[in-house]
Amino acid sequence: MNIGKWPALRQLTTNDPSGRGAAVKSARTEHLTPRTVQADSIAKSVCPYCAVGCGQNVFVRDKKVVHIEGDPDSPVSRGRLCPKGSASLQLTTGDARLYEVLYRRPHGTDWEAMDLDTAMDMVADRVIKTRREHWQWDQDGKRVRRTMGIASLGGATLDNEENYLMKKLYTAMGAIQIENQARI
Amino acid sequence: MGTSFGRGGATTFQQDLQNADCILIEGSNMAECHPVGFQWVMEAKARGATLIHVDPRYTRTSAVADMHVPIRAGSDIAFLGGIVNYVIGHDAYFHDYVVAFTNAPTIVSGDFVDTEDLDGVFSGLDAEQRSYDPSSWQYEGATVQASSGQREQEPDTRVAEQQGSPGSHSGEHQPSVSGSGRGTTHGSGGAPVPSSVERDETLQHPRCVFQIVKRHFSRYTPEMVEEICGIPQDLFLEVCRTVAENSGRERTTALAYAVGWTQHTVGAQYIRTAAILQLLLGNIGRPGGGILALRGHASIQGSTDIPTLYNLLPGYIPMPHAHRDEDLDMFIEGASTAKGYWGGMRSYLVSLLKAWWGPHATEANDYCFDYLPRLTGSHGTYETVMAQMDGGCKGYFVVGENPAVGSANAKMQRLGMANLDWLVVRDFSLIESATWWKDGPEIETGELATEDIGTEVFFFPAAAHTEKNGSFTNTQRMLQWHHAAVEPGGDARSDLWFYYHLGRRIRQKLAGSTDEMDRPLLELQWDYPTEGSVTEPSADAVLAEINGWDAEGRPLTSYEQLDEDGSTACGCWIYCGVYATGVNQASRRKPGREQSWVAPEWGWAWPANRRIIYNRASADRDGKPWSERKAYVWWDEDEAKWVGHDVPDFDPAKSPWHRPPAGATGAQALAGDDAFVMQGDGKAWLYVPAGLTDGPLPAHYEAQDSPFPNLLYPHQQRNPVRQVFSRRHNRYHPNPSQPGSDVFPYVLTTYRLTEHHTAGGMSRWLAYLSELQPEMFCEVSPELAAERGLEHNGWATVITARGAIEARVLVTDRMRPLTVQGRVLHQIGLPYHWGPNGYARGDAANELAGLSLDPNCHIQEVKAMTGDIRPGRRPRGAARVELVEEYIRRAGITADTGMEARGGR
Repeated sequence: MNIGKWPALRQLTTNDPSGRGAAVKSARTEHLTPRTVQADSIAKSVCPYCAVGCGQNVFVRDKKVVHIEGDPDSPVSRGRLCPKGSASLQLTTGDARLYEVLYRRPHGTDWEAMDLDTAMDMVADRVIKTRREHWQWDQDGKRVRRTMGIASLGGATLDNEENYLMKKLYTAMGAIQIENQARI
Repeated sequence: MGTSFGRGGATTFQQDLQNADCILIEGSNMAECHPVGFQWVMEAKARGATLIHVDPRYTRTSAVADMHVPIRAGSDIAFLGGIVNYVIGHDAYFHDYVVAFTNAPTIVSGDFVDTEDLDGVFSGLDAEQRSYDPSSWQYEGATVQASSGQREQEPDTRVAEQQGSPGSHSGEHQPSVSGSGRGTTHGSGGAPVPSSVERDETLQHPRCVFQIVKRHFSRYTPEMVEEICGIPQDLFLEVCRTVAENSGRERTTALAYAVGWTQHTVGAQYIRTAAILQLLLGNIGRPGGGILALRGHASIQGSTDIPTLYNLLPGYIPMPHAHRDEDLDMFIEGASTAKGYWGGMRSYLVSLLKAWWGPHATEANDYCFDYLPRLTGSHGTYETVMAQMDGGCKGYFVVGENPAVGSANAKMQRLGMANLDWLVVRDFSLIESATWWKDGPEIETGELATEDIGTEVFFFPAAAHTEKNGSFTNTQRMLQWHHAAVEPGGDARSDLWFYYHLGRRIRQKLAGSTDEMDRPLLELQWDYPTEGSVTEPSADAVLAEINGWDAEGRPLTSYEQLDEDGSTACGCWIYCGVYATGVNQASRRKPGREQSWVAPEWGWAWPANRRIIYNRASADRDGKPWSERKAYVWWDEDEAKWVGHDVPDFDPAKSPWHRPPAGATGAQALAGDDAFVMQGDGKAWLYVPAGLTDGPLPAHYEAQDSPFPNLLYPHQQRNPVRQVFSRRHNRYHPNPSQPGSDVFPYVLTTYRLTEHHTAGGMSRWLAYLSELQPEMFCEVSPELAAERGLEHNGWATVITARGAIEARVLVTDRMRPLTVQGRVLHQIGLPYHWGPNGYARGDAANELAGLSLDPNCHIQEVKAMTGDIRPGRRPRGAARVELVEEYIRRAGITADTGMEARGGR
């Protein structure tokens, strides 16, 4: 074995005292390439956490997100991300995410799996029913044309387009108790 | 900010902080909560700026600041008011700016009586109804409509006078009107001002705004600041000198704040005090100046611009109120202004109704104005929770939010949900709001049993930002588009998908209905193109609708094109231009290094891509920059237009010397020096004659739960019109001079950490972040640890009249005991990210918080509470409830405790 090739020795002898350069390269690491290079495409994105609005580059390979890093083009963030933004690969691809609809029936003690189509249909039915049962044309002799039976909370983590459809649909439904984190 | 300046967004952008000569950060721990934005503070510092951090805790923001000023949580109005008093008393205000651009010279009605002469309250208080009649706060001989905030406070009177029944303002529906929540601190606004208000530009008239402000703040002395805030006078005066010396023609100071200022029963008035200070110093609309509201969610600005809020329609158009807004004309009469850009209210609203109901909205049917449901009072999230508990509200959508641990009085949130017929939760993982029926704290204590809970719960997995197209509006009003990288897996879907398809199904099921109540749904314009394997609606098409189009379907480029004749459609008038020329302007990404620091070609900022708003004020009355060093936009004599580094926030061709012709209205009525174009008088408001529920000027009131009497107004402890709720699970602590108040001797304040986000839904399920911040803790000083026998790394139990939680103890010098009113005060820091689910677990700080709300924006007070702390873990099971009840008994707390409007010492 060639002792001269030991990383610790090379670190001292090849002008790489911190051991972050050539001294620690091996035949294997020599041929590693960053995930960013292997990506098929890069989607321009924005960090979903706080409102600084850091730019993100989302790297995709084989139709899967493989890496997320700061976008150096962004005049706001200049390529930087904080610990949360840096963890957004885990947020989007981590094992804690669920991919199925769950249903808890009244008085039930556990979840049941449910298919998306059935669940959507059930929610639509409940909206229609609750709206009918709690419809109000007037209050104190004044027309109100609304339902106080349905409320909603959420929006500050959502897209503008999503908030827009929510407000539009709820208003047409006559629901007014529509709120989000801005009030919390 | 809406009431002071006309729009409720940050006045500046993060990168411009680098141009500041001094930055005052208060009510925010920017280095830890907005770390990447904080690089611009460090840039300023590298250029020689002075950084001041005012905060109860010593944080990483304090660590790099030139001055850290520890303050008692809940006393910021006294502190900022003290600086206002210093600036006026030392003639340190920017005289020419103040005279030109603020309402300082305007004469106020002789009916107005200040807190000075009314024992700590303003004229117009109805203590029984807990509301103010603001009519006496008006300008002399005028009715000025508010640009934002509680618009339509006055219209009752105005409409009534037209109908020949004066005096209806005190009618029986007044309480619900005043509680109708027209206010928002994020608003964009304006309304009718008479052609001339009386002004005294010498600022000498005893009833001019300047003199009123001067008298009002004269009792906010350095001695008072020391006694109330616990800040030594020499340190306070150094802050005053630094801020004053770094403001004026040549220099500018920027202010940054976050929820440390908003989450109080006087939160809106905190921001108002900051606005008064920045206006007196001439720091608004200028580079390196401004007020930067630091928001905590990717689109929290966006979700108020296009509001999922009960009191607003898109673009800060108020939701109509049943008692005032019976038809479109009455609504416009009440909500628009004669002068300024709110003069276009009818165009904005008619265009919105056209976007929603298309060909069904016609002049003959008031453009479907009748389809809008009506408010009859305050319908905020906390009122909704009480309605759920009381049985009136049966269905609930929880979308990317976690109220079971993330909203104040977490127990009431869960009890509300336990009383629903159905609950829909959309999130990434099984957050506490989805599982409380199974494993929530009430199941453990035996207060609820799973089998008894009738709520049907649907959990829908949500798509991530990488799986959908759409735009976020960041903290500086800038829309940035994110592109879908992949399609969502399994049954995960975007909220765009969920609401589009839910709406589609509901409309299908109702098809053919002739019931009048179904017409708004059936006639709704709901045809969006879909794409991909999951039939995702096109976010691009939704953005195009938000932007709007003309009669030929061509995209609009500016809200100035909107018409009231129904020929234009526009989903959110302040976003008009984001899809100009059919191009998604929010997705522009010209690299920052290829542009000026303003970076106008990155994303798109409302309004009209302006990055610093009110930037007309960066030039003097004659349109010349106040100084070469601080030049931003200016009048170019040769070109006869406004030019500079940014899009002028002004009619580009209107000369600085322009005077409107008699009878002009709307934007035409603005003079060449009316820099605050949304305001009914074109001026920034030091004094707010209309638009706030709790006074035209800020006054220091103690928090709902406070260990100290109010030294500034000895006969008025708290904001008299704050919202309080006497309920079994929402008890308040005794007044500071009552027996039992010593049961809760410490001040509690909640905060965030870098490694977690809000109530943890997007961070406690991530292994990396959970490892970095694994469990709930509390921060205490070594002195408090000694006083209560708390051990570093050990456990402590924190108790209020609402709940008891346990937390690991972090004993640290970062928490410094303060001397307040002659005695030592200990403050306890509580991060609020935790709950029982996820990888990183712990009790939720919101178990401790009661519901007491700011009357303008209905936001809860969690930044200044009181409580007790003792060593050891909290009791398990029913004993946890018994512990809280024992404290309630010991403190002598009843249903009336802390409820009084007047007095309350």
